[in-house]
Amino acid sequence: MTATTGQAAPPSRYLLHDKPLWRRLLLRPEAALILALVLVVVLSIVLVPHYLRPNANYTFSTLLLNAIPILFLLLPLMLIIVTGDIDLSVGSVLGLSSATVGLAVQAGIPLLVAAVMGVLVGAMAGVINGVLVTVVGLPSLAVTIGTLALFRGIAVGLLGTTAITDFPPEITKFFSGSIPGTPIPWQLLFWIVLAIVFGVLLHLTPFGRGIFAIGRSIETATFSGVNVNRTRLILFVLSGLVAGLAGVFFTLQYSNAIGSNGNGFELRAVTAIVLGGVSIWGGRGTLIGAIVGGLFIAALNKSLQVFGVGDDAIYVITGVALIVSVVIASIAGFISRRRKVQASVA
Amino acid sequence: MTAVIKTTPARRSFGEWLFRARELSLVLLILIVIAVTTIAQPTFLFNDGGLRDLLRTPAMLIVVAIGEAIVILTRNIDLSVGSILGLTTYFVGNLMHTAPGIPVLVDVLLGVVFAAVLGLVNGLLVAFLNVPSLVITLGTLYAYRGIAVLWIGGNFVRPEWVPDGFQGFGKDGVLGIPWLLIVAAAVMVFFGWFLAGRRTGRELYAIGSNPDAAVLYGLRTRRLTFITFIISGALAGVGGIIYLSIFATGDSKVGTGYEFQAIAAAVIGGVAIVGGSGRIWGVALGAFFLATLGSALPVLNVPSLWQQAIVGLLIVAAITLDRVFFLVRQRRARKAVMV
Amino acid sequence: MTETAPLLEIRHASKSFGAVKALVDASLVLQAGSIHALVGENGAGKSTFVKIIGGLHPRDGGDFELAGRPVDFKSTAEAKDAGIAVIYQEPTLFPDLTVAENLFVGRQPYTRYGTIDRARMRAETRALTARLGVEIDPDREARGLSIADQQIVEIAKSISLNANVVIMDEPTAALSGVEVDRLMGIARQLRDEGKGIIFISHRFDEVFALCDTITVMRDGQYIATNATADVTEAEIIRQMVGRSVDNLFPKEPAEIGDVVLAVDRLSRDGVFDDISFEVRAGEIVCLAGLVGAGRSEIARAVYGVDRYDSGTVRMNGAPLRRHSPTDAMRLGVGFVPEDRRKQGLAMTAGVQTNITLAIRNQLARLGFITTRIEAEPAQEWARRLQVKTRALDTEAGMLSGGNQQKVVIAKWLATRPKLLIIDEPTRGIDVGTKAEVHRLISELAGQGVAVLMISSELPEVLGMADRVLVIHEGRLTASIDRAEATPERVMYAATHGVEEVAR
Repeated sequence: MTATTGQAAPPSRYLLHDKPLWRRLLLRPEAALILALVLVVVLSIVLVPHYLRPNANYTFSTLLLNAIPILFLLLPLMLIIVTGDIDLSVGSVLGLSSATVGLAVQAGIPLLVAAVMGVLVGAMAGVINGVLVTVVGLPSLAVTIGTLALFRGIAVGLLGTTAITDFPPEITKFFSGSIPGTPIPWQLLFWIVLAIVFGVLLHLTPFGRGIFAIGRSIETATFSGVNVNRTRLILFVLSGLVAGLAGVFFTLQYSNAIGSNGNGFELRAVTAIVLGGVSIWGGRGTLIGAIVGGLFIAALNKSLQVFGVGDDAIYVITGVALIVSVVIASIAGFISRRRKVQASVA
Repeated sequence: MTAVIKTTPARRSFGEWLFRARELSLVLLILIVIAVTTIAQPTFLFNDGGLRDLLRTPAMLIVVAIGEAIVILTRNIDLSVGSILGLTTYFVGNLMHTAPGIPVLVDVLLGVVFAAVLGLVNGLLVAFLNVPSLVITLGTLYAYRGIAVLWIGGNFVRPEWVPDGFQGFGKDGVLGIPWLLIVAAAVMVFFGWFLAGRRTGRELYAIGSNPDAAVLYGLRTRRLTFITFIISGALAGVGGIIYLSIFATGDSKVGTGYEFQAIAAAVIGGVAIVGGSGRIWGVALGAFFLATLGSALPVLNVPSLWQQAIVGLLIVAAITLDRVFFLVRQRRARKAVMV
Repeated sequence: MTETAPLLEIRHASKSFGAVKALVDASLVLQAGSIHALVGENGAGKSTFVKIIGGLHPRDGGDFELAGRPVDFKSTAEAKDAGIAVIYQEPTLFPDLTVAENLFVGRQPYTRYGTIDRARMRAETRALTARLGVEIDPDREARGLSIADQQIVEIAKSISLNANVVIMDEPTAALSGVEVDRLMGIARQLRDEGKGIIFISHRFDEVFALCDTITVMRDGQYIATNATADVTEAEIIRQMVGRSVDNLFPKEPAEIGDVVLAVDRLSRDGVFDDISFEVRAGEIVCLAGLVGAGRSEIARAVYGVDRYDSGTVRMNGAPLRRHSPTDAMRLGVGFVPEDRRKQGLAMTAGVQTNITLAIRNQLARLGFITTRIEAEPAQEWARRLQVKTRALDTEAGMLSGGNQQKVVIAKWLATRPKLLIIDEPTRGIDVGTKAEVHRLISELAGQGVAVLMISSELPEVLGMADRVLVIHEGRLTASIDRAEATPERVMYAATHGVEEVAR
């Protein structure tokens, strides 16, 4: 039995990669983003004289402190988006957790227990989302739009118009403070650990391989032994859990539990993720990209603030950034698909 | 000729039927809410402006919900309607103030056009660039809200800005029925007729029911999707104008969160969240129910702060129940086929 | 008698998709008032042929004339306007719209007030379906209609569009006996009205009962046209199968060992019933039968992707948990699915990612897996299967069909299965790669792997199988050893029920 129709015999050893490393790295969406981030920071340093002065530590640390809640939320959310789902309720879960912590502390419950309660409330919210999506079989978009309103509504309903601000000052100082001599907030250390966990989970474990498989093709994933529904459920619970944790930290950072905590965070998290090169359709992306996306938005906001543009501009910028990045991703995908069809027919 | 064979009809339980005969259930629910609230507080209904308020407050939600429903029918979603509503309120109010020479009717028309343009942006991006409507309208929700805040700042529409005739239109009515409700009813009748009685309207249902088949049959998916967002924007603008005529005020926060009420009204009213089915008549009733509930809650000593939670709960409950009944029907149909 | 131009005439049509020649030289002449069968094995090119007639694909070469006039359709809409209707196996209706609306989608009649005339739609729908001998409520939503009823709606639609040529592509594959009779009655009715019907089917009893002419295709080529009255089933089969079967598939003899897979009385309501069989180590067992007989469903139920209602499955004596592919994989079962693009591959992922997907748990060291760890097995298996690709991170979607199939097979071979289930191993693959795949399967058996193969291609079945299990409408009708397997025996068992075969 001979080989096939006169084509070259396949190599005894394959190349690992089609293109050289530098070309691969350059073509990645994350590269463009890192470039943009560097650009923003550099421009700010050049144009705003006091950006780098001794006070700069403060600026950088507030930048990071502002970014941290989003950085927390986007960790599990990015995984959910890779599977092709979405969780729009993360901001509301943060708010609900914050309300829980505030009310618990106000009721005299020790802070640590209150914090655990906040995290558990988040986990329960995640379970509700996950069950509705995997067991009942509802589209995650519809479910999380509903729970976005529901959880936010409960937070607002429980807290009313009051704001709970009575938290132990040593704790709040810790959560809003940084490692002395550096701009690195203490909170960030927690986050780094969590980011490493999620990064490893997604990129370096079989579970993570399964997540990508689900995003690329649910059927293939099922045939390949991936427990699709269990994976999705776990991710929704994780999302709620982390949002709950973020709510605890946020409350303690600002020493404020109010019904509007977390408003708009889902937008910023989704924007960060999409900016970071993660495909909104699922199956592609890196956690690093999403993280850089989050940092980019924070840097952009900070620079704009320093320029004198108000806080409110954040919403416009973020909204536009989201739209622009998805449009670019869509066009890029269209072009690359066309190129591939031509290549395969040739 | 071969024997005539009957196909198995779909049989339903009574409870399911009640849920499915959506409009009937909603009318019942509305009456129950009104009855319960009036018993607790007779002035709710039997007051000078009681009945009037009851009838005109829902007008805003009816109009916006119909626009949202049309988008949902084609398997899309528009999260920006609240922001468009708020922007339009201020736009028209400001216009009335800065250009008092322009007749009110023109102001209104300009407002609708303004809102339609905002919706057009959504439509362009979703229909022609093939980007998921969720993401686009999430972006425009915040972008438009941000523009509103930047533009309006701490400013707000003052009642003096709004001509008396316009405010009167918001209060008065004919034969006891407020003008605003008539406007909402007109919108409902028009779109109800259009969606049920015109080919283009039915095409919208087809697109939402089976998008691939729609393309296969050569239905104008792109163009129609584009138009639905313009309609949704325009109707959100109408909602904003109704707001202006009722409250004669408007700041940068108007309409915040309104998209959820619109979605809830549509879903409660029988529109499937995945598109393809639903009646405008049902959406109007859903909106009426939700708005009435919103008015009733404070009277029943439920703080209106809980309203958002109730809206969220209703959305989740409605789509869950719909899905559960669907699964039950499917299982029953499968059993019937197996001979 | 004057010679009227045939309704439809195609001569020497050809069509290629990239490197794959789907149609080489296809011809068909359809007369009005005729039911014309188009038969051929899988891969003979019938589907492509139909798609060209229906306007879905443009043809590369050949002539196409409709009622004497040359035509060149650029879209399905054009073909529809010209009076050609295609009824596919899987009808595409709008589930939320009513039957009447589905029939009139895009062209609903208006009353003089400018609204859709529902009453007229209803009446016409009723009339149309009654004409077809069916009573379907025009106001019920299309969702939940049985496939048979959906087909009726499609046929009614084509009639109302004044189609002259009605193509039915494997229409009876998903139908029960009563529904088949009903469909055949409708076909006859349409014929009597002067329309021309192209009837694609594998089921010879239907073909011989219904059609007046039979055209046979093989390997994308026109082979022959026969008047039904003048030809026998055996002759048709011979034309379909054609070449001698022996030298094409290099099957090596393998030592047959213990029972690996034991399936006992497997049943699933409405899909398959009372299926029992065994597969031994080194044995290649083939599930043969017509499209829609339930073979893939049986295999998927064994593997755990689909459910079953009763019966047991054992791997090397250990019971296999129902509905759990993970459990099946744990016990050493591999499954190469029918639809490699949707079920076998992650099209946007690279070759390496695809090959290592099923072994991701085994590759993990201390719970972690890296691209470097994946690279070695990927190299090894891609090489063993001679996958033609520049690099391991080339997207699977860019490979040719044959290479894609090799990647899927590599993925499952990497799990070192004790039982490999492979569904349509060479569908849509070029001849050269086909032979490679067969060699592979043969080698596997030689190494002691038990192989359960599903194939709709008779030569493949006869060439590869140690034993042929024939499935007909969800029942096992025959178990034929290699020595006694002939195309006729297999075909007979595939087209007749249990009782008849037993005779």
